[in-house]
Amino acid sequence: METVTITMKNAPALYLEADNVSPDAFAGKKAAQIAELSVHEGNTTSTLGKYFDVSGDAGATAADTKVVVRGDVKKVKYLGFKMTAGELVIEGTADQYVGAWMKGGKILAKGDIGAFAATAMKGGELTVEGNAGNYLGAAYRGDWRGMSGGKILVKGNAGSDIGMYMLGGEIIVNGNADVHVMTHAEGGKTIIKGNAASKLGGQMVEGTIFVFGSIEVMMPGFKPNGEVELEVDGTKAKFAHFIGDMGERHKKKKGVVVYGNLYKKI
Amino acid sequence: MSEYIIKNGHVFDPVQGIKGDKKDIAIKDGKIVDKVGSGAKVIDAKDKTVMAGAVEIHAHIAGPKVNLGRIYRPEDKLFSCTPTKGMERMGGGASIPTTFKTGYEYAKMGYTTAMEAAMPPLFARHVHEEIRDTPIIDEAAFPVFGNNWFVLEYLKNQEIENTAAYIAWLLRVTKGYAVKVVNPGGTEAWGWGLNCLSVNDPVPYFDITPAEIVSGLIDANEYLGLPHSMHIHPNNLGNPGCYETTLDTLKLAEGKKAKNKFGRESVMHLTHSQFHSYGGTNWGDFESKAKEVTDYVNKNKNITIDTGNVTLDETTTMTADGPFEHHLTGLNHLKWANVDVELETAAGVVPYIYSPNISVCAIQWAIGLEIPLMMKDPMRCYITTDHPNAGPFTRYPRVFKWLMSAKARETQINAFKHKDKVLSQTSIGTLDREISLYELAQMTRAGPAKCLGLGAMCGGLAPGMDADVAVYNFNPDKPVADPEDIEKAFSRCAAVFKSGVQVVSNGDIVSNGNKRTLWVNAKVKDNPQVMRDISEKFIKYYSMTQNNYEALGHHFVPNPYALEVDAT
Repeated sequence: METVTITMKNAPALYLEADNVSPDAFAGKKAAQIAELSVHEGNTTSTLGKYFDVSGDAGATAADTKVVVRGDVKKVKYLGFKMTAGELVIEGTADQYVGAWMKGGKILAKGDIGAFAATAMKGGELTVEGNAGNYLGAAYRGDWRGMSGGKILVKGNAGSDIGMYMLGGEIIVNGNADVHVMTHAEGGKTIIKGNAASKLGGQMVEGTIFVFGSIEVMMPGFKPNGEVELEVDGTKAKFAHFIGDMGERHKKKKGVVVYGNLYKKI
Repeated sequence: MSEYIIKNGHVFDPVQGIKGDKKDIAIKDGKIVDKVGSGAKVIDAKDKTVMAGAVEIHAHIAGPKVNLGRIYRPEDKLFSCTPTKGMERMGGGASIPTTFKTGYEYAKMGYTTAMEAAMPPLFARHVHEEIRDTPIIDEAAFPVFGNNWFVLEYLKNQEIENTAAYIAWLLRVTKGYAVKVVNPGGTEAWGWGLNCLSVNDPVPYFDITPAEIVSGLIDANEYLGLPHSMHIHPNNLGNPGCYETTLDTLKLAEGKKAKNKFGRESVMHLTHSQFHSYGGTNWGDFESKAKEVTDYVNKNKNITIDTGNVTLDETTTMTADGPFEHHLTGLNHLKWANVDVELETAAGVVPYIYSPNISVCAIQWAIGLEIPLMMKDPMRCYITTDHPNAGPFTRYPRVFKWLMSAKARETQINAFKHKDKVLSQTSIGTLDREISLYELAQMTRAGPAKCLGLGAMCGGLAPGMDADVAVYNFNPDKPVADPEDIEKAFSRCAAVFKSGVQVVSNGDIVSNGNKRTLWVNAKVKDNPQVMRDISEKFIKYYSMTQNNYEALGHHFVPNPYALEVDAT
């Protein structure tokens, strides 16, 4: 695997849309060609090389390419946009849309990431060592197709509206999550190892939420359904089981109505 | 104005009966002429196809429900935005493009005239503001009449003359073009939580049937002698078995004759016939009844139809058939918007994905192609996608490919997940007809223009007609190696002229042309009763005053072109 390292040298005055920073866009290119890829600052299109030093040539394919992003990228959006293979390491804190529409490969964000990360993600892995913003693994504005595959691990806290319209895949938050979890979801799984705020599973059709800590306010649309012993991500424990959202439509599978599940560790 | 001569192209013009002969087309002062001077600018059309500008007879491209779709579907613009380029302003949207993108996309495909198929009269001002902001193409809008309280009350008492006077007034104040009917009576019934699924279901309160509304509106249309016929989206759209309602609706035109000075011969235009040609009793035994519907239309010369081809895309459905959209959101569970337009109509909007992996969608695709392949007279069957309902209008080149190439249809059939079901529920697999370029010109130019009463103005290349001309990178002398070449050629014109101004060159927009709004100014005898009824309804029921109703002046209709009708 070949490694391309891009290091911020001229920080943008406005937010920078760097939708070409991915193993896919870099694949098969020499450092000089990568520096010529387009980025957008406000309404101005310029080159990646204007903002970043580029060193190293990419591999022949995305799978053979590792991209390392160094320096202050707090104002850089769309890192890992639509990536399908390979690796992306972001050493600092990045802005919105990290790994948005990604289908494969691995992203490691060593700092925090902004909102809308992994929007409509279909596959691959996103690991965040810091905190994630709002709308992690959610659907794009207006769309009904959120994250449908892959795995997200947030070692810190996550913001609000994570897993909105989620269809599949898995989100694990080691810390706390803010309001609205898996709203409108029709599949997938979210594990919150810390505390959750309120409005978990609002209008949820299908899917599963686990909460290890406390839930500030329960949704009135979830109904107690007994207690169960489960092993969740390596932790064996007893969970209170709730089904819902009772106000939403639910499909029948083999004659049995399928609800959304909410498990709270006892 | 400049003079042009389009030299050595293969010309297809049904108006003059020209079937691909090499011919020069001369343009002067916005019109087609016999000859031009030696200083005329030469456009080399050698090995290219030359046709008149195409005429869109039914699309939803301007107005409140289109805009509602744009507002509540930001995801439609997600990866479909185009930046400013040369003459072109930025645009966006795949199934509900912005006004500017709408004008550019039509022009690039060689379309120069388009009809907005459903204008809520109350929001005529909004419709005209969007038409004004859609560059290049001439446009007109059809106000909806099939659920209008005035119409329901007058036709309940068989008052054709009063209905006609009301239509003439409404066309004038809304700058409208034709009488559009959507789910007659059913949309009004929707206000009561009901629907009219057959032509004999009574409309609540008004106690009139869809059959009486349709028959009365045809009579009023011919009393006035309007350029276009009554244009109908019948009851029971989109349901298995709906073809029987369609045939009942078509039979209402029996014995009725067109009376007008525009050369139109039909009295009823059945729109998006694909959605109205379904058999079966549920989605499991859903099947095509394209043969039954086209057999009837083939025999009855006073009826014209358009297709409503499903293009197998993700799109946005929108119609004044409010109850249907509610039904649809119950089927696909996607977001639903509904609007009531006081006294007049309603509308609903729901996104829809026509997936090639769903058997119903694949059968709908087949029915949309069976209809034009089964119609004997291409002058009475026009290509539409009921944009955006069955697919975006930008897919016309793909529909042309499927119609012109049996091989392209076969490729698509083989790609369906439920291929066997498509073949057993339709007869698409047995149809080997391939639409010729001449027939395509009939179905997209001369035919719709004649049906709209615009046959003397556009849709052909005879001297004296408007110089709307499209030149395609398509050599009819060469066998088509790959059907994809058809789609490619019809997607981007080599050159397009609109009223004698070159608007497209090598697929790029080079001018915003001189866009016009077409409308019909129908004069009737003074009718104090209808005028009194109108002012009374405004005082009693409307939430706005009559003074604020009219779409008047330069702001709304900066470049009007009125077709004059005298029914006094």
